[in-house]
Amino acid sequence: MILLEPRPAPSRLFSLASPLIAIALTLMASAALMAAMGRDPLAALSVYFVSPFQDAYGRAELVVKAIPLALIGAGLAVCFRANVWNIGAAGQFTLGALAAGGLALALPNAAGPLWLVPYLLAGCLGGMVWAAIPALLRTRFNANEILVSLMLTYVAGLLLDLLVRGPWRSPLSFGFPQTRDFADAFALPVLVAGTRLHLGLVLAVLACVGLWLMMTRTLKGFEVRVVGAAPRAAGFAGFSEARTVWFAMLLSGGLAGLAGAVEVSATIGKIQPDIGAGYGFTAIIVAFLGRLNPLGAALGALVLAVSYIGGENAQILLKLPKNVTGVFQGMLLFFLLACDTLIRWRLRLRRAGEA
Amino acid sequence: MLRKTLLAATLALSAAAAAAQAEPLKVGFIYVGPVGDFGWTYQHDQGRQAVEAAYGEAVETTFVESVPEGADAERVIRQLAASGHKLIFTTSFGFMDATLKVAEQFPDVKFEHATGFKTADNVAIYNARFYEGRAVIGTIAGRMTKSNKIGYIGSFPIPEVVMGVNSALLAAQAVNPAAEMHVVWVNSWYDPGREADAAKALIAQGIDVIMQHTDSPAPLQAAEAAGVPAFGQASDMRRFGPAAQLTAVIDDWAPYYVERVGAMLDDAWESTDTWGGLAEGEVVIAPYWNMPYEVATEAAAVERSIRLGRHHPFTGPITDRDGVERLAAGETASDEMLLGMNWFVKGVVGDLPN
Amino acid sequence: MEPFVISVMIAATPFLFAAMGELVAERSGVLNLGLEGMMLMGAVTAFGVAFTTGSTVLAVAAGALAGAAMALLFAVLAISLMANQAATGLALTIFGVGASGLIGQGFIGQPLPPPVKLAIPGLSDGTMAGRILLGHDALVYLALAMAVAVAWFLARSRAGLALRAVGDSADSAHALGLNVTATRYAATLFGGAMAGVGGAYLSLAYTPMWGENMTAGRGWIALALVVFATWRPGRLVAGAYLFAAITQAQFYGQGAGLGVPQQVLAMAPYLATIVALVIISRDRALTRANAPACLGRPFRADR
Repeated sequence: MILLEPRPAPSRLFSLASPLIAIALTLMASAALMAAMGRDPLAALSVYFVSPFQDAYGRAELVVKAIPLALIGAGLAVCFRANVWNIGAAGQFTLGALAAGGLALALPNAAGPLWLVPYLLAGCLGGMVWAAIPALLRTRFNANEILVSLMLTYVAGLLLDLLVRGPWRSPLSFGFPQTRDFADAFALPVLVAGTRLHLGLVLAVLACVGLWLMMTRTLKGFEVRVVGAAPRAAGFAGFSEARTVWFAMLLSGGLAGLAGAVEVSATIGKIQPDIGAGYGFTAIIVAFLGRLNPLGAALGALVLAVSYIGGENAQILLKLPKNVTGVFQGMLLFFLLACDTLIRWRLRLRRAGEA
Repeated sequence: MLRKTLLAATLALSAAAAAAQAEPLKVGFIYVGPVGDFGWTYQHDQGRQAVEAAYGEAVETTFVESVPEGADAERVIRQLAASGHKLIFTTSFGFMDATLKVAEQFPDVKFEHATGFKTADNVAIYNARFYEGRAVIGTIAGRMTKSNKIGYIGSFPIPEVVMGVNSALLAAQAVNPAAEMHVVWVNSWYDPGREADAAKALIAQGIDVIMQHTDSPAPLQAAEAAGVPAFGQASDMRRFGPAAQLTAVIDDWAPYYVERVGAMLDDAWESTDTWGGLAEGEVVIAPYWNMPYEVATEAAAVERSIRLGRHHPFTGPITDRDGVERLAAGETASDEMLLGMNWFVKGVVGDLPN
Repeated sequence: MEPFVISVMIAATPFLFAAMGELVAERSGVLNLGLEGMMLMGAVTAFGVAFTTGSTVLAVAAGALAGAAMALLFAVLAISLMANQAATGLALTIFGVGASGLIGQGFIGQPLPPPVKLAIPGLSDGTMAGRILLGHDALVYLALAMAVAVAWFLARSRAGLALRAVGDSADSAHALGLNVTATRYAATLFGGAMAGVGGAYLSLAYTPMWGENMTAGRGWIALALVVFATWRPGRLVAGAYLFAAITQAQFYGQGAGLGVPQQVLAMAPYLATIVALVIISRDRALTRANAPACLGRPFRADR
């Protein structure tokens, strides 16, 4: 019988090895699936996991896709650590995009690089306002933030729809739901010519590193972790749960809103019904993949970006159906999560009769 | 229509023969939804398959489905262009800016964008005059309704849908001046459960003919269960409502796709703006069922006269809901007016943002 | 009025199945966010079986099995291997959406005959109450019966008490000799089976067809409903019906000429749920049954 036995201390070896083992297991399982489908396993795996890295544009796209995931994921990592379950990051993303976009639309003749500052700040504020609602309802009325933030995501989507089809719709768009293009002043500068890699990368790096430093080196980070892990002890230490709830929600909401503003500026340039709010949900996985560590979230974001872009390439280069991508992603996540167990637990064989 | 098909077939044969020895032409398709929606994307994919059937070894097609219209679209289109596809069909309005952006970076690749309005030297646009089909079904609905209330399950309030509502009601009012159109918005192109619920709600409020501008066969199923006649959308959905389906407005992209790929193979591709309807075979009316013979003949006559160019579904005098005269007597709507239509005619009950 | 109530009962049924199953799982301490994936697998499996065999009973059973199989995958990862439950559940959703799409490819564009509805001559079509109460297909009644059964089980049975104990304090339960792992496995599998039946209802009765992603987010709403119900079955039924009613009302309201943009009407069910939750949560006495204390925490026996 195979048992799990706690390790005296988390294994550093497995901390590094477990993702590799997981990837190896995923490769094996995927190869088996491909073979069962009558496809060449090596070709499939190469397209899924290698092709995204093959040219400069592809590598840049990986980062472009990872930027919003890392921004939101880092914030959620902190939030979940505090035991505050913000499931509504997608809605905060949307409100951030709307707030920043509203500013950009109000100033069609803006010029000069400094306008990015109020634009991005507006994005943060939009996200924070939307996150403040579940924070308020939890601290004042004890209403569960999971439900409130999730419901507000749907409301945010409908608000976006209403604005983009109604008052914000561009008169030049033949009645189709999109706003005017933003002025160039609100476009995030591209860092590498010939790609879409934009300034959002800097923001994402700052966020991940900054939050990691906060969590590990500051009193605030300590407070967050204690409140999350042991609320009663935290109370005795003078840490207020309510304050932490507000902090966590506003932080993660602000980052989600920032991600919304960044995405809309860098990749779309206007407001339209599809602005990528789904990142808010994917970022939840990113946060957990990163073991609720802001730096880990950055890595998790890259892993997920590879799986998405690999999936697109598989459709184009191998004509594999899109649903296979979902199966692959699911398997990868399963194996990653399962192998993480090996960090704290080790496998032991127990013979029958042994205690 | 027969001539058009023969022409396309000849082009196909000659192009296939010419290209038989050379590398196959790679043609890419980007879909906004899953092929399995049995509606919009399904029909585009049928068009793609028609291309494969027509040209055999001379072409190789690729498709990417469920591509969101945001940031991902540009990357996917670019990837198609960068991996040797010389003709790329982007089958949704929201792909417009991404298509143009990639087209600029890949001047040797040709792009075809559906339902858009921006072109370039290597970007053609195409669309289908669905409103012509709606005029035909409007005629049928006007005759078949006893309560004078026709229902329209709308996806989103965009001009294409608004056109459809207006065209159907105008045709219905031409045979039944008391007809009204009740529009319910589902806020989705594809959500079988909600579409069914919308249909049931309409039926509960006295609507006795259902039209839809959403992709799944669910409204037709709901209508069948309630014993109310309805129309199929994008595909012939008869097997979902054998007693209910009167006819269907079918999107047939095959003639256009086959022709355009043929032009590529003949090196004769040019950027065009095509808006084909019944005459070009892009809009097809399914066989008429479940209706009295006189209604079927009347509908067939309307279809014929539109197809031959003798009748335009939007012929004045037309006044909108707020009393503004949109078309004077005898005047027909220009393409521009149609493409930007954001008003309902008198007799439409339903929300519309302005 | 009457068609409205009938359609509300139909609309609430998938929520009832999925949410009630999840409630049982969560009461035992297991948070399974994979409802969408389990529902979709249930839907496609049930459709496939109904399409090939023509038997609704087999189809529902197959849907339940498919959901339970997915839940088993989750259980091995989250309970035995103690992986993070939230992430595992989300991975399950991604997997289930993709797998169901793959499996369902052959069923696109194929209809099923409509579900058989209860028809007691004289009662089912006589009075309005008769039509509302006695004219549904079997699964609608099954959902309500299951809700009653779950409520009784949790409140009145020894096994239900054991399950609640496991959810509120796994260590104490273990010390008392209860098998925490087995209980959680059973609860999770039950949750999966119910989610599978909820999905099966969609593809067999609600709209007898298969379409990719046809659950359209109902799994997430079901999760929210469990929270809304503060983990109590009675409130869950009320919540499911409330949500379904407001969602249906939105379609009736659109034609009523209220002058309100339809997107605002569409927001109504979500806003109403928030308001109702706030009202319930304000009174701490009403929320006595808070989240099971061990929800989401892996259990590991010390000896």
